Amino acid sequence: MSATDKTSIASEAPAPRVEARAATNTILLCAGGACISSGEESCLQALRATLEKYALQDVVKVVETGCMGMCDAGPLMILYPEGVFYQKLKPSDMEQIVSEHLLKGRIVESKLFVDPSTKVKITSAYDDHPFFTKQVKIATRNMGVIDPMSIEEYIARDGYFALRKVLQEMTPEQVIDTLKKSGLRGRGGAGFPTGLKWELTRKVPGKEKFVLCNADEGDPGAFMDRSILEGDPHSVLEAMAIAGYAVGAQKGYVYIRAEYPLAIERLTEGIKQAKEYGLFGENIMGSGFSFDLEIRMGAGAFVCGEETALIESVEGKRGQPRVKPPFPAQKGVWNKPTLNNNVETYANIPPIILNGPEWFTRIGTEKSKGTKVFCLAGKIKNTGLVEVPIGITLREVVYDIGGGIPNNKSFKAVQTGGPSGGCIPAEHLDMPIDYETLKTIGTMMGSGGMVFMDEDTCMVDVAKFFLQFSVDESCGKCTPCREGNRVMYEILERITNGEGEEGDIERLETLGQSIIDSSLCGLGQTSPQPVLSTIRFFRDEYEAHIREKRCPAKVCRSLIRYHIDESKCVGCTACARVCPVAAISGSLRKPHRIDPEICTRCGSCIEVCRFGAISKITPI
Amino acid sequence: MAKVKSLEELMKIKEKSLKDLQMRDTEKKGKIVVAMGTCGIAAGAKDTLQAIVRELADNKVDDMSVVQSGCMGLCEVEPTVEVHMEGQAPIIYGHVTPEQARRIVQQHILSGKVVSDLMVKKGEI
Repeated sequence: MSATDKTSIASEAPAPRVEARAATNTILLCAGGACISSGEESCLQALRATLEKYALQDVVKVVETGCMGMCDAGPLMILYPEGVFYQKLKPSDMEQIVSEHLLKGRIVESKLFVDPSTKVKITSAYDDHPFFTKQVKIATRNMGVIDPMSIEEYIARDGYFALRKVLQEMTPEQVIDTLKKSGLRGRGGAGFPTGLKWELTRKVPGKEKFVLCNADEGDPGAFMDRSILEGDPHSVLEAMAIAGYAVGAQKGYVYIRAEYPLAIERLTEGIKQAKEYGLFGENIMGSGFSFDLEIRMGAGAFVCGEETALIESVEGKRGQPRVKPPFPAQKGVWNKPTLNNNVETYANIPPIILNGPEWFTRIGTEKSKGTKVFCLAGKIKNTGLVEVPIGITLREVVYDIGGGIPNNKSFKAVQTGGPSGGCIPAEHLDMPIDYETLKTIGTMMGSGGMVFMDEDTCMVDVAKFFLQFSVDESCGKCTPCREGNRVMYEILERITNGEGEEGDIERLETLGQSIIDSSLCGLGQTSPQPVLSTIRFFRDEYEAHIREKRCPAKVCRSLIRYHIDESKCVGCTACARVCPVAAISGSLRKPHRIDPEICTRCGSCIEVCRFGAISKITPI
Repeated sequence: MAKVKSLEELMKIKEKSLKDLQMRDTEKKGKIVVAMGTCGIAAGAKDTLQAIVRELADNKVDDMSVVQSGCMGLCEVEPTVEVHMEGQAPIIYGHVTPEQARRIVQQHILSGKVVSDLMVKKGEI
């Protein structure tokens, strides 16, 4: 794929790029300086001779290329259509490659290129690294490609062309129709159809309307919005101006947390640059349409990500949710009709306008179109940010893109949707990730945070962590969320302290359901989900804590103790020296002992023991 | 700055900037892109950037442009540095400490040899 092709977004959808080369076999031989000096030329001669020997010279094309990059492993060869990568070639290898690979279709294992970082043999071309190939970049199309402080580079990648098209060629109704046809749904988590939201806001009468961007990203482990704003601020600005035109608003607010200073800096610079070019502000591109934007910084309250609390905060009030209805489309900021979308939703809009709704509907599933950006965090090798077609299986995200679980541990579960979502256990690894399917197992798409957990994670402890987050962040306006979650948290604390009682699980379930049924805002209504979902899939762990006073993952401190195996301990004193509370006693070259009364279960001793003599025991 | 009013004017900016972005017909022989998202900066991208600028200056290299970008997604291997020499596929390096950055300048920029042990990806993202 050439660089020019790459800039048109349409070509970034999964393209049959390997098939295009499949008409015949093509062999690329690296003729970079390093490969030449390590013997590429004699390999080429041997290859040509071998091809002639098998009468393949007319169906196999041999191309000498520039440096492929992995000079240490040269001479190198890539064999298409498969894209198999061979390294450290000698002229004598050519016979085997031609007779085995070309004639019999068997990969010559011994010559395969080995990825230096993962030590994995690569059977496809290097730029087909699974972290990148399974991704389809729409919302993150410019991230890491352009300089976020340069509007020119954004324009070079078709930036502001969608705004131009909208202002000069489309009516607001046509814009809304395009979005409705595209099937785009809100990427903040709930998945409300974006086009419908725009239409509702447009239809409410009123001279003054507002467009909001929700950049109050609060879920633990989520950083999609920050990364988009830091890497490509103009995509959001352009989309907000389009939204303003479509719903009839001249003013917008980006509500962003003050903890994101870099994103704020780049947004501010972006607004300034866009105004200089006449792409923002008064009379945009001479169309008569004006749109201006203000940045409102939030102080970091999680509840301000809830749209009505966000509106309160924009107005300068304490962030607390309002009762719905009226919905923001009817009465939002200053009681005026207001459109509110998430950062990632906006970032999808310019490409949809430029490429048309049909292009977008080709990606994703029947009910969930397009892509979703996910943040991979926790126990996963490739921590980071990925954009994948909706409907991809969790297994592909974990093992192909994410690179699997580190330290040879096994996958236990992943938390999606943050403190509003639930966990997905290993048995559902092959489930497609989309709005509807995730709901059927008690979790949600959420804003895109994925926190991975391995076998060493205690699910009761995880539920307690997320619930504590909800308790801390509850705004306190309604009783179920403020008091109910606190009581649930106390029960969980008892369970993890080994003081759980029969009936606790049922109490959690009943109370959780009441909070869901009676809380005021979306955050309260979903706050018990982490507890309910871990009970659903890992009830046995709860039971072990309550009945056997045992933590199967050996995490809950009150239910474990550290023990030194005297037959393995050589008395090196390493553990005793590192223990911060002097709980370990013993003299040099004699087995040591841990006093469980003093021990704080910090785990420092296990880390330093080179003899594997220390282990955790549960129950005590 | 002239205000953009038409498709043609927008196209002009695009064409001009695209050349810079793709390293075509520019006076520079290449560019170095340092990812400066929060993830990159937290992993030490500012020091890496400084080391690159200094190493280029020390070696009197003035035909390379050094620019920043955002997070490209693989936060695990930050700081990441992309080296794009004219006429060649860009190379993305990961875990680039200041020390490794100097190595990249020496090996890749000055000697034209890819530092394969640091390479994360070849080709466009």
